[in-house]
Amino acid sequence: MEIVKKPHAANLVRWAADKPEVFVLSADLTSSVEADLFRDTYPDRFLSMGIAEQNMLAFAGGMAREGLIPLIHTFAVFIYRRAYDQIAMSVAYPNLPVKMFGFLPGIMTPGGATHQAIEDVSVMRSLPNMTILETGDATEVESVLDVACAVDGPVYVRILRGEVPRLFDKNEGMVFGKARVLREESQPDFVLVSSGICTEEGMRAAAALRDAGIKITHYHISTLKPFDHPEIVEAIAGSRYGAITFENHSIIGGLGSIVAEQMAEAGLGKKLYRIGLRDTFVHGASKGYLMKEYHIDAMSMIALVEDITGEQFGIREESLMSTYTPAVHSDAKAEAL
Amino acid sequence: MSWKTEVERISEGIRLRVLEHTVAQNGGYLCQACSSSDLYATLYTRILHLKKLDKPLMPAPFSGVPGPDHKAVTGAVFNGDGDPDCDTFILSPAQYALVLYATLIETGRMDEQGMKEYNKDGGSVEMIGAEHSPGMEVTTGSLGQGISQAAGIAFARKRRGDKGRVVLMLSDGECQSGEFWEAVQAACYHNLGNMIAFVDVNGYQCDGKMTTVMNLEPFDDRLRAFGARVFRIDGHDIEEIDRLGRLEPAENPTFVLCDTNPCHEMEFLREREPKFHYVRFLDPADRERYRGYYEEMIAKRRA
Repeated sequence: MEIVKKPHAANLVRWAADKPEVFVLSADLTSSVEADLFRDTYPDRFLSMGIAEQNMLAFAGGMAREGLIPLIHTFAVFIYRRAYDQIAMSVAYPNLPVKMFGFLPGIMTPGGATHQAIEDVSVMRSLPNMTILETGDATEVESVLDVACAVDGPVYVRILRGEVPRLFDKNEGMVFGKARVLREESQPDFVLVSSGICTEEGMRAAAALRDAGIKITHYHISTLKPFDHPEIVEAIAGSRYGAITFENHSIIGGLGSIVAEQMAEAGLGKKLYRIGLRDTFVHGASKGYLMKEYHIDAMSMIALVEDITGEQFGIREESLMSTYTPAVHSDAKAEAL
Repeated sequence: MSWKTEVERISEGIRLRVLEHTVAQNGGYLCQACSSSDLYATLYTRILHLKKLDKPLMPAPFSGVPGPDHKAVTGAVFNGDGDPDCDTFILSPAQYALVLYATLIETGRMDEQGMKEYNKDGGSVEMIGAEHSPGMEVTTGSLGQGISQAAGIAFARKRRGDKGRVVLMLSDGECQSGEFWEAVQAACYHNLGNMIAFVDVNGYQCDGKMTTVMNLEPFDDRLRAFGARVFRIDGHDIEEIDRLGRLEPAENPTFVLCDTNPCHEMEFLREREPKFHYVRFLDPADRERYRGYYEEMIAKRRA
């Protein structure tokens, strides 16, 4: 599998070259959010705002009103938890094109509860005018800027950094509102709907389960809001056991809730199984450890399917499609968190 | 008539309109009119660079919240309307909307009938105004956010080389918030000299006297320590407001702290101390007494 180092850093610089209206606003985490190259290339379009997110978000609202496109760059958690009212009133209400890039979603940081954005989708999703995107691989990180900026209004993006695997064809970038079909079965046992880093885990689990005779149709979601997918609802309706959602987020308010709403409104009467953080905070540890510990890895999905079907497949972790785990201190990361 | 006499007459007109309204509606932000009418009258006649209007505008009905299918309609059409040479006016404490509406009428920018729309369902002349309300250019009122939005606008306008400034009206209570100080820090760091803020320092907030709620003093020294250019004046001294409003911009933003009296020209309000945030009549007799004050003042004005 191809691993791309710092996909956002160079891509942002390239993409912004012919866009003089684009500015980057940073809250003291510039290299940690791969905005340092932009800062050094376009110093007069880079605004250092300090550790002061409330002002940063409302300031960005003011800029956007005057025709500029501010790209907020900081950790996901500091955007929505520290400046929610400012996002709601100075950005979302007037439907201004402020694009918020939230790095280290969910368990992607060893920084512990203070740094882990585990309910951001839930919180941001209920804001009118807000669009929510999530990247699942390097191809999506490289294509999300165009998608975010084509939206007429504010966008919140869960974005990946550092060493990012490429799961999808480099030439098949993110498309607004479109789900990727990663695996399709005519009469599936399950329909798997995944997002972000959990898609890779879902792909590994689904491949191993197919070998064990379990048929799974798998969708990857990169536009969490708006969510309009009759094809997914239809697939769930035609499945034997129902739907599984798989997300690097609380099972409350995120992808699991989104799919639940769709299923309930369509009156499917199918079961829904949500894999995600089970209404719990998380603590500081490595990604691999946290995924296992909190049951959001491929083996947890296999265990769930075994539980539902009442079968034991004897799948061992070593036999799964390989995954790539960067070292905690890899050279594609800033010295800081 | 000298310009000063004219401003004084407009200022009195603002207070009277708000008093009339408060009596008619059995409540209103009357003390804010007392403390800031001199400031508003001077701003709208002497300081703000606004678009010329052929005739006073009638406020439109509320056209819907902004969204992808509905472009934001703002009250800027009553002010500079986005002209590069005109000033942007940001009213941060949206609770002062009534004072602003009265000012627009007194200065010939809003149709007098517009006040009848105040707080009316389906109208845009809201009690705590938002960006669709006359004279309001952004949505404020969640206190502390106005200055950040103003700074973002000032940054964009400075970069574009607009002649127009960003003129911000603040109240002292909201300056207790962390975001206010974050914004002062950022506006100074980014040298937003095209921004000037007038603060109505009337010393009172919803819970009462500010020093009994949360002390902000020495406000001027605190602001100076952040790097702003600061003036502290008698907020009822029209000549001083006018002079400072016309100063050449400095490198950093300018703050004019206007020490004001929430019972200015209506000493009968003193009995309500320290409850100056919102005037409501608890019994009909009280309301009639205020109606009497209004009639006395109107008779005096006409004489």
